[in-house]
Amino acid sequence: MTQPNAGLDTGLDTQRLAQQQERVRTDPGALPVLFAAAARTLGRGPASDHDAAGDPDDLLHPRLEDLGRRELLLAWRPVAGAPAAAVEVLADLYHHGDADERRAVLRALRDLDLDSVPAAALDMVRDALRANDTRLVAAAVGPYASEHLPDGEWRHAVLKCLFTGVPLAAVDGLERRRDDELVRMAAALAAEREAAGREVTADTRRLIGADAGAPADTAATDTKD
Amino acid sequence: MRIFDPHIHMTSRTTDDYRAMYDAGVRAVTEPAFWLGQPRTSVDSFLDYFDGLLGWERFRASRFGIAHHATIGLNPKEANDPRCIGVLEKLPRYLAKDGVVAVGETGFDSMTPEEEFAFVRQLELAGEHELPAMVHTPHRDKEAGTRRTLEIVAQSGLDAADVVVDHLNERTVDMVLDSGSWAAFSIYPDTKMSPDRMVTILQRVGLERVMVNSAADWGHSDPLTTLYTGRAMLAAGFTEDDVDRVLWRNPVEFYGRSGRLVLPDENASAPAADFAGNSLARGEAID
Repeated sequence: MTQPNAGLDTGLDTQRLAQQQERVRTDPGALPVLFAAAARTLGRGPASDHDAAGDPDDLLHPRLEDLGRRELLLAWRPVAGAPAAAVEVLADLYHHGDADERRAVLRALRDLDLDSVPAAALDMVRDALRANDTRLVAAAVGPYASEHLPDGEWRHAVLKCLFTGVPLAAVDGLERRRDDELVRMAAALAAEREAAGREVTADTRRLIGADAGAPADTAATDTKD
Repeated sequence: MRIFDPHIHMTSRTTDDYRAMYDAGVRAVTEPAFWLGQPRTSVDSFLDYFDGLLGWERFRASRFGIAHHATIGLNPKEANDPRCIGVLEKLPRYLAKDGVVAVGETGFDSMTPEEEFAFVRQLELAGEHELPAMVHTPHRDKEAGTRRTLEIVAQSGLDAADVVVDHLNERTVDMVLDSGSWAAFSIYPDTKMSPDRMVTILQRVGLERVMVNSAADWGHSDPLTTLYTGRAMLAAGFTEDDVDRVLWRNPVEFYGRSGRLVLPDENASAPAADFAGNSLARGEAID
Protein backbone atom coordinates (compact mmCIF):
# COMPACT_ATOMS: atom_id res chain seq x y z
CA MET A 1 0.00 0.00 0.00
CA THR A 2 1.00 3.59 -0.39
CA GLN A 3 2.69 4.87 2.72
CA PRO A 4 1.64 8.25 4.02
CA ASN A 5 4.45 10.75 3.95
CA ALA A 6 4.88 13.46 6.53
CA GLY A 7 1.92 15.17 4.91
CA LEU A 8 3.05 18.61 5.85
CA ASP A 9 2.93 20.05 2.34
CA THR A 10 -0.34 18.50 1.30
CA GLY A 11 -2.95 20.88 2.61
CA LEU A 12 -3.06 20.20 6.33
CA ASP A 13 -3.36 23.21 8.59
CA THR A 14 0.25 22.97 9.73
CA GLN A 15 0.03 25.74 12.29
CA ARG A 16 -2.88 24.11 14.06
CA LEU A 17 -1.23 20.71 13.74
CA ALA A 18 1.90 22.00 15.49
CA GLN A 19 -0.25 23.38 18.32
CA GLN A 20 -2.11 20.11 18.69
CA GLN A 21 1.09 18.06 18.59
CA GLU A 22 2.50 20.19 21.38
CA ARG A 23 -0.72 19.76 23.30
CA VAL A 24 -0.67 15.94 23.18
CA ARG A 25 3.01 15.92 24.16
CA THR A 26 2.31 17.91 27.30
CA ASP A 27 -1.23 16.61 27.93
CA PRO A 28 -1.67 13.12 26.47
CA GLY A 29 -5.20 13.02 27.86
CA ALA A 30 -6.21 15.53 25.20
CA LEU A 31 -5.59 13.02 22.44
CA PRO A 32 -9.09 11.46 22.17
CA VAL A 33 -10.87 14.77 21.65
CA LEU A 34 -8.27 16.15 19.22
CA PHE A 35 -8.17 12.85 17.35
CA ALA A 36 -11.96 12.80 16.90
CA ALA A 37 -12.07 16.39 15.67
CA ALA A 38 -8.99 16.19 13.41
CA ALA A 39 -10.87 16.24 10.10
CA ARG A 40 -12.66 19.43 11.11
CA THR A 41 -9.64 21.14 12.61
CA LEU A 42 -6.68 19.97 10.49
CA GLY A 43 -8.11 19.21 7.08
CA ARG A 44 -10.36 16.87 5.16
CA GLY A 45 -10.28 15.49 1.64
CA PRO A 46 -7.96 13.78 -0.81
CA ALA A 47 -4.31 14.33 0.04
CA SER A 48 -2.73 13.62 -3.31
CA ASP A 49 -3.36 14.08 -7.00
CA HIS A 50 -4.14 10.45 -7.68
CA ASP A 51 -6.87 9.53 -10.13
CA ALA A 52 -9.93 9.78 -7.87
CA ALA A 53 -12.06 7.74 -10.26
CA GLY A 54 -9.66 4.83 -9.84
CA ASP A 55 -9.80 4.94 -6.05
CA PRO A 56 -13.12 6.55 -5.11
CA ASP A 57 -13.03 5.45 -1.47
CA ASP A 58 -9.34 6.23 -0.98
CA LEU A 59 -8.58 2.62 -0.21
CA LEU A 60 -5.07 3.02 -1.59
CA HIS A 61 -4.31 6.62 -0.73
CA PRO A 62 -4.36 8.41 2.62
CA ARG A 63 -6.72 11.33 2.98
CA LEU A 64 -5.86 14.58 4.71
CA GLU A 65 -7.71 13.49 7.84
CA ASP A 66 -5.69 10.25 7.89
CA LEU A 67 -2.48 12.26 7.74
CA GLY A 68 -3.59 14.70 10.41
CA ARG A 69 -4.53 11.89 12.79
CA ARG A 70 -1.31 10.06 12.00
CA GLU A 71 0.75 13.12 12.89
CA LEU A 72 -1.10 13.42 16.20
CA LEU A 73 -0.37 9.77 17.01
CA LEU A 74 3.30 10.09 16.10
CA ALA A 75 3.64 13.15 18.34
CA TRP A 76 1.81 11.44 21.20
CA ARG A 77 3.60 8.07 21.07
CA PRO A 78 6.91 9.08 22.80
CA VAL A 79 4.99 10.30 25.85
CA ALA A 80 2.60 7.34 25.89
CA GLY A 81 4.91 5.03 27.79
CA ALA A 82 5.51 1.35 27.23
CA PRO A 83 3.92 -0.42 24.26
CA ALA A 84 1.40 -2.14 26.53
CA ALA A 85 0.16 1.20 27.84
CA ALA A 86 0.17 2.78 24.39
CA VAL A 87 -1.81 0.00 22.79
CA GLU A 88 -4.43 0.32 25.49
CA VAL A 89 -5.01 3.95 24.56
CA LEU A 90 -5.01 3.09 20.86
CA ALA A 91 -7.59 0.34 21.40
CA ASP A 92 -9.74 2.87 23.23
CA LEU A 93 -9.43 5.31 20.31
CA TYR A 94 -10.23 2.53 17.88
CA HIS A 95 -13.22 1.07 19.67
CA HIS A 96 -14.71 4.47 20.43
CA GLY A 97 -13.90 5.74 16.97
CA ASP A 98 -16.07 6.14 13.91
CA ALA A 99 -14.87 4.45 10.72
CA ASP A 100 -12.52 7.32 9.85
CA GLU A 101 -10.87 7.29 13.26
CA ARG A 102 -10.55 3.50 13.19
CA ARG A 103 -8.97 3.65 9.79
CA ALA A 104 -6.40 6.19 10.97
CA VAL A 105 -5.41 4.00 13.92
CA LEU A 106 -5.06 0.94 11.70
CA ARG A 107 -2.94 2.79 9.17
CA ALA A 108 -0.56 4.04 11.83
CA LEU A 109 -0.11 0.80 13.82
CA ARG A 110 3.18 -0.22 12.24
CA ASP A 111 4.87 3.06 13.12
CA LEU A 112 3.88 3.25 16.79
CA ASP A 113 6.39 0.85 18.35
CA LEU A 114 3.89 -1.93 19.00
CA ASP A 115 5.93 -4.90 17.81
CA SER A 116 6.16 -6.29 21.33
CA VAL A 117 2.39 -6.32 21.89
CA PRO A 118 1.06 -7.94 18.72
CA ALA A 119 -1.84 -9.69 20.42
CA ALA A 120 -3.36 -6.43 21.62
CA ALA A 121 -2.68 -4.56 18.39
CA LEU A 122 -4.00 -7.42 16.28
CA ASP A 123 -7.30 -7.29 18.16
CA MET A 124 -7.99 -4.09 16.26
CA VAL A 125 -6.87 -5.58 12.97
CA ARG A 126 -9.12 -8.59 13.51
CA ASP A 127 -12.07 -6.39 14.41
CA ALA A 128 -11.64 -4.45 11.18
CA LEU A 129 -11.31 -7.64 9.15
CA ARG A 130 -14.71 -8.74 10.45
CA ALA A 131 -16.26 -5.50 9.11
CA ASN A 132 -17.83 -5.12 5.70
CA ASP A 133 -16.82 -1.48 5.41
CA THR A 134 -14.19 -1.69 2.66
CA ARG A 135 -12.27 1.29 4.05
CA LEU A 136 -11.67 -0.64 7.27
CA VAL A 137 -10.77 -3.88 5.50
CA ALA A 138 -8.27 -2.04 3.28
CA ALA A 139 -6.68 -0.30 6.27
CA ALA A 140 -6.45 -3.58 8.18
CA VAL A 141 -4.32 -5.32 5.54
CA GLY A 142 -1.46 -2.87 5.93
CA PRO A 143 2.08 -3.52 7.14
CA TYR A 144 1.17 -4.40 10.72
CA ALA A 145 -1.01 -7.27 9.51
CA SER A 146 1.55 -8.47 7.00
CA GLU A 147 4.20 -8.56 9.72
CA HIS A 148 2.16 -10.06 12.54
CA LEU A 149 -1.04 -11.76 11.39
CA PRO A 150 -0.76 -15.58 11.44
CA ASP A 151 -0.85 -17.32 8.07
CA GLY A 152 -4.39 -18.65 8.22
CA GLU A 153 -5.94 -15.34 9.17
CA TRP A 154 -3.79 -13.44 6.73
CA ARG A 155 -4.88 -15.63 3.83
CA HIS A 156 -8.52 -15.10 4.78
CA ALA A 157 -7.89 -11.37 4.93
CA VAL A 158 -6.58 -11.43 1.36
CA LEU A 159 -9.54 -13.52 0.27
CA LYS A 160 -11.88 -11.07 1.94
CA CYS A 161 -10.33 -8.30 -0.16
CA LEU A 162 -11.11 -10.32 -3.29
CA PHE A 163 -14.68 -10.86 -2.09
CA THR A 164 -15.40 -7.27 -1.15
CA GLY A 165 -13.58 -5.63 -4.04
CA VAL A 166 -10.71 -4.14 -2.05
CA PRO A 167 -7.86 -3.91 -4.58
CA LEU A 168 -4.98 -6.21 -3.77
CA ALA A 169 -2.74 -3.16 -4.15
CA ALA A 170 -3.97 -2.33 -0.65
CA VAL A 171 -2.49 -5.55 0.74
CA ASP A 172 0.97 -5.02 2.17
CA GLY A 173 3.54 -7.79 1.69
CA LEU A 174 1.46 -9.78 -0.78
CA GLU A 175 4.40 -11.00 -2.81
CA ARG A 176 6.35 -11.94 0.30
CA ARG A 177 3.54 -13.86 2.00
CA ARG A 178 1.75 -15.31 -1.02
CA ASP A 179 1.93 -19.10 -0.72
CA ASP A 180 0.44 -22.19 -2.34
CA GLU A 181 -2.48 -22.32 0.08
CA LEU A 182 -3.51 -18.75 -0.70
CA VAL A 183 -3.30 -19.49 -4.42
CA ARG A 184 -5.43 -22.60 -3.91
CA MET A 185 -8.07 -20.60 -2.04
CA ALA A 186 -8.11 -17.88 -4.71
CA ALA A 187 -8.35 -20.50 -7.47
CA ALA A 188 -11.33 -22.05 -5.68
CA LEU A 189 -12.97 -18.64 -5.57
CA ALA A 190 -12.33 -18.19 -9.29
CA ALA A 191 -13.83 -21.62 -10.02
CA GLU A 192 -16.89 -20.81 -7.93
CA ARG A 193 -17.38 -17.51 -9.73
CA GLU A 194 -16.96 -19.11 -13.15
CA ALA A 195 -19.44 -21.84 -12.29
CA ALA A 196 -21.92 -19.13 -11.33
CA GLY A 197 -21.31 -17.23 -14.54
CA ARG A 198 -19.88 -14.31 -12.59
CA GLU A 199 -16.85 -12.27 -13.43
CA VAL A 200 -13.46 -13.30 -12.07
CA THR A 201 -11.64 -10.11 -11.22
CA ALA A 202 -8.26 -9.24 -12.66
CA ASP A 203 -6.80 -9.27 -9.15
CA THR A 204 -7.98 -12.83 -8.60
CA ARG A 205 -6.57 -13.95 -11.93
CA ARG A 206 -3.25 -12.31 -11.18
CA LEU A 207 -3.05 -13.88 -7.75
CA ILE A 208 -3.53 -17.39 -9.12
CA GLY A 209 -1.12 -16.70 -11.95
CA ALA A 210 -3.77 -17.10 -14.63
CA ASP A 211 -3.33 -13.65 -16.05
CA ALA A 212 -0.03 -12.22 -14.93
CA GLY A 213 -0.20 -9.27 -17.31
CA ALA A 214 -3.66 -8.02 -16.35
CA PRO A 215 -3.96 -4.57 -14.85
CA ALA A 216 -4.66 -4.48 -11.13
CA ASP A 217 -8.20 -3.85 -9.86
CA THR A 218 -8.90 -0.43 -8.57
CA ALA A 219 -12.41 0.46 -7.51
CA ALA A 220 -14.38 -1.42 -4.90
CA THR A 221 -17.68 -2.70 -6.23
CA ASP A 222 -19.30 -4.84 -3.57
CA THR A 223 -19.68 -4.72 0.17
CA LYS A 224 -21.15 -8.12 0.90
CA ASP A 225 -18.72 -10.69 2.19
CA MET B 1 -35.69 18.17 -7.19
CA ARG B 2 -32.86 17.78 -4.67
CA ILE B 3 -33.91 16.55 -1.28
CA PHE B 4 -32.30 16.53 2.17
CA ASP B 5 -34.43 14.38 4.47
CA PRO B 6 -33.66 15.90 7.89
CA HIS B 7 -35.23 13.05 9.88
CA ILE B 8 -35.24 9.45 8.71
CA HIS B 9 -34.29 6.20 10.46
CA MET B 10 -32.35 4.43 7.75
CA THR B 11 -31.17 1.58 9.98
CA SER B 12 -34.80 0.44 9.80
CA ARG B 13 -34.95 0.62 5.99
CA THR B 14 -33.78 -1.54 3.12
CA THR B 15 -31.36 -0.99 0.29
CA ASP B 16 -34.39 -0.82 -2.03
CA ASP B 17 -35.37 2.30 -0.09
CA TYR B 18 -31.93 3.80 -0.59
CA ARG B 19 -32.20 3.24 -4.34
CA ALA B 20 -35.73 4.69 -4.49
CA MET B 21 -34.65 7.69 -2.43
CA TYR B 22 -31.69 8.36 -4.71
CA ASP B 23 -33.95 8.11 -7.77
CA ALA B 24 -36.34 10.57 -6.09
CA GLY B 25 -33.57 13.14 -5.62
CA VAL B 26 -32.53 12.45 -2.03
CA ARG B 27 -28.83 13.27 -1.71
CA ALA B 28 -28.48 13.76 2.04
CA VAL B 29 -30.17 12.59 5.22
CA THR B 30 -29.95 13.08 8.95
CA GLU B 31 -30.73 10.03 11.08
CA PRO B 32 -31.71 10.83 14.66
CA ALA B 33 -30.97 8.23 17.33
CA PHE B 34 -34.28 6.89 18.59
CA TRP B 35 -36.22 4.02 20.14
CA LEU B 36 -35.89 0.70 18.36
CA GLY B 37 -39.46 -0.50 18.87
CA GLN B 38 -38.12 -2.96 21.42
CA PRO B 39 -36.86 -1.49 24.68
CA ARG B 40 -33.11 -1.57 25.26
CA THR B 41 -31.95 -3.06 28.52
CA SER B 42 -28.48 -1.57 28.90
CA VAL B 43 -26.24 1.36 28.10
CA ASP B 44 -24.01 -0.84 25.96
CA SER B 45 -26.94 -1.50 23.65
CA PHE B 46 -27.08 2.25 22.96
CA LEU B 47 -23.37 2.42 22.28
CA ASP B 48 -23.51 -0.32 19.66
CA TYR B 49 -26.41 1.53 18.06
CA PHE B 50 -24.53 4.85 18.04
CA ASP B 51 -21.47 3.11 16.56
CA GLY B 52 -23.71 1.69 13.85
CA LEU B 53 -25.20 5.10 13.04
CA LEU B 54 -21.75 6.65 12.70
CA GLY B 55 -20.11 3.64 11.07
CA TRP B 56 -21.91 1.06 9.02
CA GLU B 57 -25.00 3.14 8.21
CA ARG B 58 -22.93 6.05 6.96
CA PHE B 59 -20.97 3.67 4.75
CA ARG B 60 -24.14 1.94 3.57
CA ALA B 61 -25.71 5.27 2.56
CA SER B 62 -22.58 6.26 0.67
CA ARG B 63 -22.90 3.13 -1.48
CA PHE B 64 -26.17 4.58 -2.76
CA GLY B 65 -24.95 8.11 -3.33
CA ILE B 66 -26.49 9.61 -0.19
CA ALA B 67 -24.62 11.62 2.46
CA HIS B 68 -25.55 10.40 5.94
CA HIS B 69 -25.42 12.37 9.19
CA ALA B 70 -26.72 11.53 12.64
CA THR B 71 -28.05 13.13 15.77
CA ILE B 72 -27.01 11.36 18.95
CA GLY B 73 -28.99 11.32 22.17
CA LEU B 74 -31.20 9.48 24.63
CA ASN B 75 -34.76 9.33 23.30
CA PRO B 76 -37.60 10.45 25.62
CA LYS B 77 -39.24 7.05 25.94
CA GLU B 78 -36.13 5.32 27.25
CA ALA B 79 -35.18 8.27 29.44
CA ASN B 80 -37.75 6.73 31.79
CA ASP B 81 -35.81 3.48 32.14
CA PRO B 82 -33.21 3.52 34.93
CA ARG B 83 -31.23 0.88 33.06
CA CYS B 84 -30.69 3.32 30.18
CA ILE B 85 -30.21 6.71 31.81
CA GLY B 86 -26.47 6.10 32.22
CA VAL B 87 -26.02 6.67 28.51
CA LEU B 88 -26.12 10.42 29.24
CA GLU B 89 -22.61 10.08 30.67
CA LYS B 90 -21.43 8.43 27.46
CA LEU B 91 -22.79 11.08 25.12
CA PRO B 92 -19.92 13.62 25.21
CA ARG B 93 -17.54 11.31 23.42
CA TYR B 94 -20.04 10.76 20.62
CA LEU B 95 -20.94 14.41 20.36
CA ALA B 96 -17.33 15.15 19.40
CA LYS B 97 -17.57 13.06 16.23
CA ASP B 98 -17.63 14.27 12.65
CA GLY B 99 -20.89 12.70 11.53
CA VAL B 100 -22.89 14.12 14.45
CA VAL B 101 -24.80 17.27 13.49
CA ALA B 102 -27.08 17.65 16.52
CA VAL B 103 -28.06 16.28 19.91
CA GLY B 104 -31.28 14.26 19.77
CA GLU B 105 -33.95 13.08 19.50
CA THR B 106 -34.66 14.45 22.94
CA GLY B 107 -37.79 15.99 24.42
CA PHE B 108 -41.03 14.57 25.82
CA ASP B 109 -42.99 11.38 25.34
CA SER B 110 -45.17 11.10 28.46
CA MET B 111 -44.06 14.35 30.14
CA THR B 112 -42.43 12.68 33.13
CA PRO B 113 -39.83 14.23 35.48
CA GLU B 114 -37.33 11.65 34.18
CA GLU B 115 -37.89 12.82 30.62
CA GLU B 116 -37.48 16.42 31.67
CA PHE B 117 -34.21 15.63 33.44
CA ALA B 118 -32.75 13.94 30.35
CA PHE B 119 -34.08 16.70 28.08
CA VAL B 120 -32.55 19.51 30.14
CA ARG B 121 -29.22 17.68 30.41
CA GLN B 122 -29.07 17.09 26.68
CA LEU B 123 -29.78 20.74 25.91
CA GLU B 124 -26.82 21.54 28.17
CA LEU B 125 -24.69 19.08 26.23
CA ALA B 126 -25.73 20.73 22.98
CA GLY B 127 -24.47 24.02 24.31
CA GLU B 128 -21.22 22.52 25.55
CA HIS B 129 -20.54 20.90 22.18
CA GLU B 130 -21.79 23.82 20.07
CA LEU B 131 -24.37 21.61 18.43
CA PRO B 132 -27.99 22.22 17.52
CA ALA B 133 -30.68 20.19 19.29
CA MET B 134 -33.32 18.04 17.64
CA VAL B 135 -36.46 17.90 19.78
CA HIS B 136 -39.28 15.38 19.53
CA THR B 137 -42.78 16.42 20.61
CA PRO B 138 -45.19 13.96 22.20
CA HIS B 139 -47.92 12.26 20.22
CA ARG B 140 -50.29 12.43 23.20
CA ASP B 141 -51.22 15.80 24.67
CA LYS B 142 -49.10 17.43 21.98
CA GLU B 143 -50.09 21.06 22.56
CA ALA B 144 -49.25 21.04 26.25
CA GLY B 145 -46.09 19.07 25.56
CA THR B 146 -44.95 21.50 22.90
CA ARG B 147 -45.63 24.47 25.15
CA ARG B 148 -43.58 22.94 27.98
CA THR B 149 -40.86 22.02 25.46
CA LEU B 150 -40.53 25.65 24.42
CA GLU B 151 -40.36 26.83 28.04
CA ILE B 152 -37.48 24.45 28.68
CA VAL B 153 -35.67 25.55 25.52
CA ALA B 154 -36.09 29.18 26.58
CA GLN B 155 -34.59 28.40 29.99
CA SER B 156 -31.68 26.43 28.52
CA GLY B 157 -29.73 29.40 27.29
CA LEU B 158 -29.50 27.93 23.81
CA ASP B 159 -30.18 30.19 20.85
CA ALA B 160 -33.73 29.30 19.82
CA ALA B 161 -32.48 29.09 16.22
CA ASP B 162 -30.24 26.18 17.28
CA VAL B 163 -33.30 24.09 18.10
CA VAL B 164 -35.68 22.24 15.80
CA VAL B 165 -38.99 21.09 17.24
CA ASP B 166 -40.35 18.16 15.29
CA HIS B 167 -43.60 16.29 14.58
CA LEU B 168 -45.63 19.50 14.54
CA ASN B 169 -49.14 20.05 13.25
CA GLU B 170 -51.66 22.83 12.64
CA ARG B 171 -52.11 23.37 16.37
CA THR B 172 -48.45 23.56 17.39
CA VAL B 173 -46.61 25.26 14.53
CA ASP B 174 -47.28 28.87 15.47
CA MET B 175 -45.93 28.74 18.99
CA VAL B 176 -42.73 27.13 17.72
CA LEU B 177 -42.12 29.67 14.96
CA ASP B 178 -42.99 32.52 17.32
CA SER B 179 -40.32 31.26 19.73
CA GLY B 180 -37.61 31.56 17.08
CA SER B 181 -36.98 27.84 16.78
CA TRP B 182 -37.26 25.73 13.65
CA ALA B 183 -40.52 23.97 12.89
CA ALA B 184 -40.35 20.44 11.46
CA PHE B 185 -43.10 18.25 10.10
CA SER B 186 -43.08 14.49 9.68
CA ILE B 187 -45.13 13.54 6.64
CA TYR B 188 -46.69 10.13 7.16
CA PRO B 189 -48.90 8.05 4.92
CA ASP B 190 -51.93 8.27 7.22
CA THR B 191 -51.22 9.89 10.53
CA LYS B 192 -49.04 12.77 11.72
CA MET B 193 -49.18 15.04 8.66
CA SER B 194 -50.05 14.67 4.98
CA PRO B 195 -48.52 16.46 1.94
CA ASP B 196 -51.72 18.43 1.29
CA ARG B 197 -52.06 19.58 4.89
CA MET B 198 -48.37 20.52 4.80
CA VAL B 199 -48.93 22.70 1.74
CA THR B 200 -51.78 24.48 3.49
CA ILE B 201 -49.54 25.16 6.49
CA LEU B 202 -46.75 26.47 4.24
CA GLN B 203 -49.21 28.79 2.50
CA ARG B 204 -50.13 30.19 5.88
CA VAL B 205 -46.80 30.41 7.75
CA GLY B 206 -44.31 30.78 4.88
CA LEU B 207 -41.06 28.95 4.23
CA GLU B 208 -38.71 30.42 6.81
CA ARG B 209 -37.38 28.00 9.47
CA VAL B 210 -39.60 25.18 8.21
CA MET B 211 -38.39 21.64 7.47
CA VAL B 212 -40.20 18.63 6.07
CA ASN B 213 -39.16 15.06 6.77
CA SER B 214 -40.41 11.52 6.23
CA ALA B 215 -39.42 10.26 9.71
CA ALA B 216 -39.56 6.87 8.02
CA ASP B 217 -38.73 4.04 10.39
CA TRP B 218 -39.85 0.48 11.16
CA GLY B 219 -43.51 1.53 11.39
CA HIS B 220 -46.00 2.27 8.64
CA SER B 221 -44.10 5.04 6.88
CA ASP B 222 -42.72 6.03 3.49
CA PRO B 223 -39.21 7.38 2.77
CA LEU B 224 -40.50 9.32 -0.24
CA THR B 225 -43.03 11.59 1.48
CA THR B 226 -40.54 14.46 1.12
CA LEU B 227 -40.82 14.02 -2.65
CA TYR B 228 -44.62 13.86 -2.46
CA THR B 229 -44.66 17.08 -0.46
CA GLY B 230 -42.44 18.78 -3.04
CA ARG B 231 -44.82 17.71 -5.80
CA ALA B 232 -47.82 18.91 -3.80
CA MET B 233 -46.12 22.27 -3.34
CA LEU B 234 -45.56 22.61 -7.09
CA ALA B 235 -49.15 21.61 -7.81
CA ALA B 236 -50.33 24.30 -5.41
CA GLY B 237 -48.34 27.00 -7.18
CA PHE B 238 -45.11 27.13 -5.20
CA THR B 239 -42.01 27.58 -7.38
CA GLU B 240 -39.15 25.14 -7.84
CA ASP B 241 -37.02 27.52 -5.80
CA ASP B 242 -39.58 27.41 -2.97
CA VAL B 243 -39.43 23.62 -3.01
CA ASP B 244 -35.62 23.69 -3.02
CA ARG B 245 -35.66 26.00 -0.05
CA VAL B 246 -37.90 23.74 2.04
CA LEU B 247 -36.47 20.39 0.95
CA TRP B 248 -32.78 21.31 0.68
CA ARG B 249 -31.60 24.76 1.72
CA ASN B 250 -33.48 24.90 5.03
CA PRO B 251 -32.10 21.61 6.40
CA VAL B 252 -28.64 22.55 5.12
CA GLU B 253 -28.91 25.87 6.97
CA PHE B 254 -30.13 24.28 10.20
CA TYR B 255 -27.77 21.32 10.43
CA GLY B 256 -24.99 23.44 8.93
CA ARG B 257 -25.03 25.31 12.24
CA SER B 258 -23.08 22.34 13.60
CA GLY B 259 -20.18 23.13 11.24
CA ARG B 260 -20.04 19.41 10.53
CA LEU B 261 -22.26 18.93 7.52
CA VAL B 262 -20.44 17.22 4.65
CA LEU B 263 -22.43 17.35 1.45
CA PRO B 264 -21.87 16.03 -2.05
CA ASP B 265 -19.84 18.15 -4.39
CA GLU B 266 -22.35 20.00 -6.57
CA ASN B 267 -20.12 19.53 -9.57
CA ALA B 268 -19.45 15.84 -9.02
CA SER B 269 -20.90 13.39 -11.43
CA ALA B 270 -23.79 11.28 -10.22
CA PRO B 271 -22.98 7.86 -8.84
CA ALA B 272 -22.48 5.30 -11.55
CA ALA B 273 -24.92 2.46 -11.96
CA ASP B 274 -23.01 0.42 -9.41
CA PHE B 275 -22.98 3.37 -7.00
CA ALA B 276 -19.23 2.95 -6.60
CA GLY B 277 -18.12 6.09 -8.38
CA ASN B 278 -19.62 8.63 -6.05
CA SER B 279 -17.59 11.46 -4.67
CA LEU B 280 -19.53 12.02 -1.47
CA ALA B 281 -16.65 11.07 0.72
CA ARG B 282 -14.73 14.03 -0.57
CA GLY B 283 -17.31 16.68 0.15
CA GLU B 284 -16.28 19.79 1.96
CA ALA B 285 -17.54 20.79 5.36
CA ILE B 286 -20.02 23.65 5.47
CA ASP B 287 -19.32 26.06 8.28
